[in-house]
Amino acid sequence: MATILDPLVSILFLGLAFSMVLYIVSVGLSLTMGLMGFVNLAHGAFAMAGGYVTVILMNRYQVPFGFALLAAFVAVALVSAVLERTLYSRLYGAGELEQVLFTIGLIFMAGAIARELFGPIPLPVHPPAMLSGQLDLGFRTVPAYRAFLIVVSFALILALWLGIERTAFGARLRAAVDNRRMAEAIGIDTALLFTVTFALGSGLAALGGGLGADILAIYPGYAVEYLVYFLMVVSVGGLGSIRGPFVAALLLGIGDTACKYLLPEFGAFFVYIAMIGLLLWRPAGLFGRA
Amino acid sequence: MTPALETIGIAKQFGAIRVANDIHFRLEPGARHALIGPNGAGKTTFVNLLTGRISPSAGRILLNGTDITRTGEAARARHGLARTFQINNLFPALSALENVRLAVAEHRGLRTARRALLEEAFAHLTRLGLRDDAATVVRALPYGKQRLVEIAVALAAEPSVLLLDEPAAGVPGGESGIIFDVIEQLPPGMAVLMIEHDMDLVFRFARRITVLVRGTILVEGTPAEIAADPRVREVYLGTRAHE
Amino acid sequence: MADPIAAALRQHRLRWIEAVPWIIGLGGYFVFSDQLPFASQILITILFALSLDLVLGFAGIITLGQAAFYGTGAYAAGIYAIHVSHEPLSGLAVAAASAALVGVISGLVILRTHGLTQLMLTLAFATLLAEAANKASFITGGNDGLQGIEIDPIAGLFRFDMFGRTGYLYCLIVLFCGWLMLRVLLASPFGQSLVGIRENVTRMHAIGAPVAGRLLIAYAIGAALAGVAGGLLAQTTQFVGQSVLTFERSGEIVIILVFGGIGRIYGAFIGAAVYMIAQDQLAKSEPEFWNFWIGAILVLTVLFARGGILGLIDRLRRR
Repeated sequence: MATILDPLVSILFLGLAFSMVLYIVSVGLSLTMGLMGFVNLAHGAFAMAGGYVTVILMNRYQVPFGFALLAAFVAVALVSAVLERTLYSRLYGAGELEQVLFTIGLIFMAGAIARELFGPIPLPVHPPAMLSGQLDLGFRTVPAYRAFLIVVSFALILALWLGIERTAFGARLRAAVDNRRMAEAIGIDTALLFTVTFALGSGLAALGGGLGADILAIYPGYAVEYLVYFLMVVSVGGLGSIRGPFVAALLLGIGDTACKYLLPEFGAFFVYIAMIGLLLWRPAGLFGRA
Repeated sequence: MTPALETIGIAKQFGAIRVANDIHFRLEPGARHALIGPNGAGKTTFVNLLTGRISPSAGRILLNGTDITRTGEAARARHGLARTFQINNLFPALSALENVRLAVAEHRGLRTARRALLEEAFAHLTRLGLRDDAATVVRALPYGKQRLVEIAVALAAEPSVLLLDEPAAGVPGGESGIIFDVIEQLPPGMAVLMIEHDMDLVFRFARRITVLVRGTILVEGTPAEIAADPRVREVYLGTRAHE
Repeated sequence: MADPIAAALRQHRLRWIEAVPWIIGLGGYFVFSDQLPFASQILITILFALSLDLVLGFAGIITLGQAAFYGTGAYAAGIYAIHVSHEPLSGLAVAAASAALVGVISGLVILRTHGLTQLMLTLAFATLLAEAANKASFITGGNDGLQGIEIDPIAGLFRFDMFGRTGYLYCLIVLFCGWLMLRVLLASPFGQSLVGIRENVTRMHAIGAPVAGRLLIAYAIGAALAGVAGGLLAQTTQFVGQSVLTFERSGEIVIILVFGGIGRIYGAFIGAAVYMIAQDQLAKSEPEFWNFWIGAILVLTVLFARGGILGLIDRLRRR
């Protein structure tokens, strides 16, 4: 019994941690897509920036983990707000192609800057002392950092969901995602809403990048290499949805981990095929609207 | 005689809202049939159900006797069902000639020689009085003429059934006369269903009128019968009918 | 008003100025005789960009995975040369057919969707193929790439020489054929219907056009052309590296076409030539910042110069 259960627990555990990171990074993209209809392929660059800020602060300046994450969130949120006001907002009415090209340009620039400043090699990640090593769950041990990641992620996600469901801001956001013109007609300042949502989503991505630096390595090619994952989570989940990408992230994260563990010769092959299959069945995503 | 177009118990609902309610409708070959009703009655929804842009929640649709309920929009068009749109839905950057040519190409087949396609398209435009506007880019044409190109594109398929969705909509009074004339000169064998708000045009054109209210057919009959029907006046004029 | 029918027919007629690229191409054979391998690369990139122009510029399908077909063609031609036959023309046919097959399969999935999902799927398919090529290293050479490709003389007469002379003319002729085919296709009722689909898909449905089928055909033809370009790469450089299937390759060809001008056919020519020459000159001195400036120029192009180089030329001519 133990022989089957053991790898199963490992896969679930590691997969869950991976899923959480994917979700926290991608949920901002889903919001941006659903609210502004803007295809922001450069979303991963914000996660990358968050990862770099967190790890550099910890490695070079000995900033405690929590503060480093906070700094990453704030810094990236602010920078993204500025970018949104100055550049992104010019393209809100533009066609999809323009938005795609624009954000690809941003990815290239971000990658080049990262390479110039930090070099091409993935940053070495040292989780704080109390979070490294193994955690004893009684029947087996698991990597402590992954456990921490799962717990913190759940807390973050819960806070996000409560915030969207319970606060006035969340209500305005949901209204605007549902029907922007109606929302404007009843006096919601959509321009401000866009900026705040964009900053929030990018900040979350930064948190995801920092928290998940152990799983998604921080290096200049980050935004390109993981783009497919983030887009998959959002498409399969359903654009503009909060819950949808959560389910999609679970499927993708656990599925990917399982495939790499059980069928290493094939790698992520089957996960891609499964995701494509899901999209064929539900083209608007699991929780999306057609 | 087989109706050109027929719906049997067509219904459509979006969630809890019924936009079409058990509609039994017949369009005879060669018909001049108008569909009227107050705003929000579901007229355009009905046309979209007929053309296949939306699929019904229940019921069947028959085109010249063939069941097309499950057939897609493009396939229905290929079977002889053409429509115009309430708001011009053309290729604005292309010339009137190229607009009609695209429709002719779908009708005659892509292997047809380009010259033949252009000549046929030109003939359609000439018949509608647009000979001199053929080379003009559509977005540069006055709105009334664009409406005519809209009709020309639909006619290019030589349809057996033509659905006109408010052909005079948005056309300034001075230009709507040409639209009336064109509609009057449509081939007698073609079954024509027109949605309109302009009652002058309706009574001039129609031999049969159906009144649609809140997704249900209220009454159907000749223009005289409809004009005299108190229910119709109530629907359109509200409490005035009681005065 | 002059005869509008004659005017419409004349619109797609070959103009004298269209001979210029081929004159330059032939002239280049003599003028750049010591850089023919590089010049062949430019020709291959033009063909690749043309394939994207069909899919993106004319059919209006936004794709970030065109390299999937380029890479498929390259590997197919390479594997064919190593395991089946050194004959080059049949190798190109194999490349085209394989790429077209992949195009049809992926197109059947991708074209059912739109927007972000469609875009993601184009990316996913390319990534999938890259994964597959990586894992199937016993046939693709994996990280080391496919090596040892030998090519017989073309038609038994024209041997591939060290200086790339045969290779260059080979690429030039294949490019010419590809361009001609595309030109004829786009002037035909089929090509015009693609423009119609791009301009107003709703209307195309209403006039009876089988939109999905048309787009699939366009996508498959675009894939085949990209596959031929990849096949040329394999045959002239006698090597296929994993980079042929990457996002960088897909993104790069999109950028090249955007710089030149989308939907104009000659945007592919200008974009490829300018990009490759600039890259050759500048990336040598500052490889790190090549990507930065490309990204910056792309951002600026989108904000201020949407039609690319050809668009700018148009604007200047109107003054």
